[in-house]
Amino acid sequence: MICQAVIIGGGPAGLAAALRLKECGIEDILILEREPTLGGILRQCIHDGFGLVRFKKSLSGPEYAQRFIDEIEVAGIKYLTECTVIDVTEDKIITAVSKHHGYLEIKAKAVLLTMGCRERTRGALAIPGTRPAGVYTAGVAQSYINLQDVMVGKEIVILGSGDIGLIMARRLTLEGAHVKGVYEILPYPSGLPRNIEQCLNDYDIPLHLSHTVVDIHGQKRLKGVTVARCDESLRPIEGTESFIACDTLILSVGLIPENELSLSAGVKLDSRTRGAFVDEYYQTNVEGIFAAGNVLHVHDLVDFVSLEAEEMAAHVASYLKSGSTSLGNVSVVAGQNVGHVIPQKVCGDSDFTLSLRVRQPMKNVSIVVAQNGQVVFQKKMRKAIPAEMIQAKIKAGKLKPEGDLEVTVQ
Amino acid sequence: MRDFDVAIIGGGVIGSAIARELMRYQLNVAVLEKESDVCVHTSGRNTGMLHAGFLYKPGSLKAKFAVEGNKEFDTVAKELDVPFKRTGKLIVGFTPEDRERLEYFIQRGKINGVIDMELIDRKRMDEIDSSAGGNFAVYCPSSGILDPFIYTIALAENAVNNGAEYFLNTEVIAYERLADDQHLLRTKTGEIFRARWVINSSGLRSAQISEMLGIPGYVIQLVKGEYFVLDKKAGEFAQIPVYPAPTPQFTFDTHATPTVDGNVLVGPNSINVEDGEDYSVSQEGMDGLQESGKKMFKHMKREYYIRTFAGARPKLIDPETGQVQDFVVQRPENTPGIINLVGIESPGLTCALPIARRVVKLLKDKEELTRNPAFNPVRKGIVRFHDKTTQEKARLIQKNPDYGEIVCRCETITRAEIVQALHNPLGVSTVNGVKMRTRASMGRCQGGYCEMRITALIREELGKEIDEVTLTGCGSEMFTGAVKGGMEE
Repeated sequence: MICQAVIIGGGPAGLAAALRLKECGIEDILILEREPTLGGILRQCIHDGFGLVRFKKSLSGPEYAQRFIDEIEVAGIKYLTECTVIDVTEDKIITAVSKHHGYLEIKAKAVLLTMGCRERTRGALAIPGTRPAGVYTAGVAQSYINLQDVMVGKEIVILGSGDIGLIMARRLTLEGAHVKGVYEILPYPSGLPRNIEQCLNDYDIPLHLSHTVVDIHGQKRLKGVTVARCDESLRPIEGTESFIACDTLILSVGLIPENELSLSAGVKLDSRTRGAFVDEYYQTNVEGIFAAGNVLHVHDLVDFVSLEAEEMAAHVASYLKSGSTSLGNVSVVAGQNVGHVIPQKVCGDSDFTLSLRVRQPMKNVSIVVAQNGQVVFQKKMRKAIPAEMIQAKIKAGKLKPEGDLEVTVQ
Repeated sequence: MRDFDVAIIGGGVIGSAIARELMRYQLNVAVLEKESDVCVHTSGRNTGMLHAGFLYKPGSLKAKFAVEGNKEFDTVAKELDVPFKRTGKLIVGFTPEDRERLEYFIQRGKINGVIDMELIDRKRMDEIDSSAGGNFAVYCPSSGILDPFIYTIALAENAVNNGAEYFLNTEVIAYERLADDQHLLRTKTGEIFRARWVINSSGLRSAQISEMLGIPGYVIQLVKGEYFVLDKKAGEFAQIPVYPAPTPQFTFDTHATPTVDGNVLVGPNSINVEDGEDYSVSQEGMDGLQESGKKMFKHMKREYYIRTFAGARPKLIDPETGQVQDFVVQRPENTPGIINLVGIESPGLTCALPIARRVVKLLKDKEELTRNPAFNPVRKGIVRFHDKTTQEKARLIQKNPDYGEIVCRCETITRAEIVQALHNPLGVSTVNGVKMRTRASMGRCQGGYCEMRITALIREELGKEIDEVTLTGCGSEMFTGAVKGGMEE
């Protein structure tokens, strides 16, 4: 099978990209989705708060997704569900399997990577202790409760204050469980302020900053965890340990862009974002392979995922129409107080967006983008926190052809 | 009460190998296993090494059985469909003392019948595996790696297919010798088994069971070992198991071993423990492994961690000297009808079938056995989608569309494999049982994608209720019930 544009993953990024491609006049589009329905992770996010930026309205995850799915149907864009991609090559040959369509090989002109992200696990953190039942990542617990109607536990401890963990603190409480506390190793929360307010404070769930789980107890089902206070270098302080009896530990300790397929295609990853290196067209180091959304870098809001995917799709459309686009010459460097920045390479011939995150919470700061000592962009902010993505729109023609573009927060 | 010719206490790799070898004869065999599956303890918690046999004292059962078990394993792996690679092994050294000890082991190996070991320099090491640490090494080509879960399961399934009966969740707690020299075993749940022969292959508890059967006096030191499991991305750098030169006590410290599936195991350490079934992993232990692991494997990095685990080895020791003793495989004359195995630890996996044949011989010395003409030594495992060629994959999906549904994304395990695992001959129905049989959830996302699909399939395929879905059997329930408003069944 041959196809102009193949989109891997029918979540918020993939759906938005498909629609924009179609608007730009690309007809031969195929979305490959492993789940039985489109929508990606939004299917299990039954809480509201989606779409505030994009639709100026607070929607649930499924409602947000459905707006896109309806348009996909109207536009007649082709998609396959229950179809898992198992390989992508550098020549853009995609291998997928499906119980309905068998073993598929598709040759694509452009590949759009929109696979989203996965959750960091207990094993990756190497938390000591036993390995009983009752330890779930927040997203797994969410899918059990919201998609399968089963309850994962009664007495809950949550490690990590990522947004899904906060959402699950509220969800579990509403389902009658007792959430004993949320423990965060950092001295500030990882999740959005609105979720701290609406999911913890409104339900009197305590948030313990600078704390972590140092031991897990129970041979069969979880019996409890030991928590301890941490010092500035995030190491547990001896003598501060206390035991908390619980039958469930929920982990909300970070998301990792899901790039196993990207790697098989020879796409190079940035060790900071754990997503691809891209230029301002969202093209990876492999010509014709593009990436956007959480597979590129973990976003705070789904609205921004969709917007980024649309930007990518517009560039994919011009790539398909006019052939190769070149990876820019100017490297974008994450400077002082900046955790990471997307894209990593630009040429500056057209307008582009820089997306970045700060390393720690700061007040009254300036986002400064400079090249060869010349400031090309500056924006003042009253507060900047790692939980929120910051964007800077850079105008075409602002850049010199040579010299790193340094992004700092001062 | 159930009557059997032979009751085997403990269905690990040793008990299962014995059951399988006994099925070559016309015997009714029961395997009484305390846990919900067959490789829950030592059999499933180890490096998965097929040892060559150079480490052990000449003339010992450990030496004899390891050499014997090593030689035959290509045939065994084929017969039982067990993933196995004869990788060879490097035992690496840094100091002149290391070199001396390595040379000593080449000699010891020769006496034991391991004839092809050689001392090699760094240049040769680089040709074999540049990720290995050390300045020089002994290269032992006959060592190998195997899947310890599948090997144990395969032996058990082959035993069952040939007529043995497995009783899982069946813990023997009392023993009585009857007047006619038959044996009565009572279980925790009140079942009674009567048998003419009782075989103790209870691993970690072998000293207690031995005492219960009337053979007291053995002292077991339980030694816990902790491990890191590394991502397959690290596995790309690991071609061969890399062990450090043995300590002066002839034990090995932390080693780095590729698994048959392409991961890397770093460990174990050795910690004396009281409770052999406490498999918790400690911060100190992991800190130590990080340090010692780096010496053996240059790519021991945090980004590759996917899991930790621990196992325990039942070491039979001389209570006076503390020295580790040889395997005990005996049929004491004063306790007729009992075959007693104590202190079976490493290299038990390699020695399982030779030990089993010794047990059969001990039994045959006392009783004439009739061959079982229907015995079939061949066992077929689950056909793995991941291992197949493009054409074979297409054909598999065509024949069974369930092969087209990927359940475990990281390891590319399909619904067809999960369904086959759920209908396993032993009747195991746990999430971990599926994991050990298929590898689902052993990848980098650790079940983040597949676990909910597996639990749903357990309910769907086996008709289990929500509260009957367990990780490792009774007490490890995954769920506490339905959400509010219940579930529409």
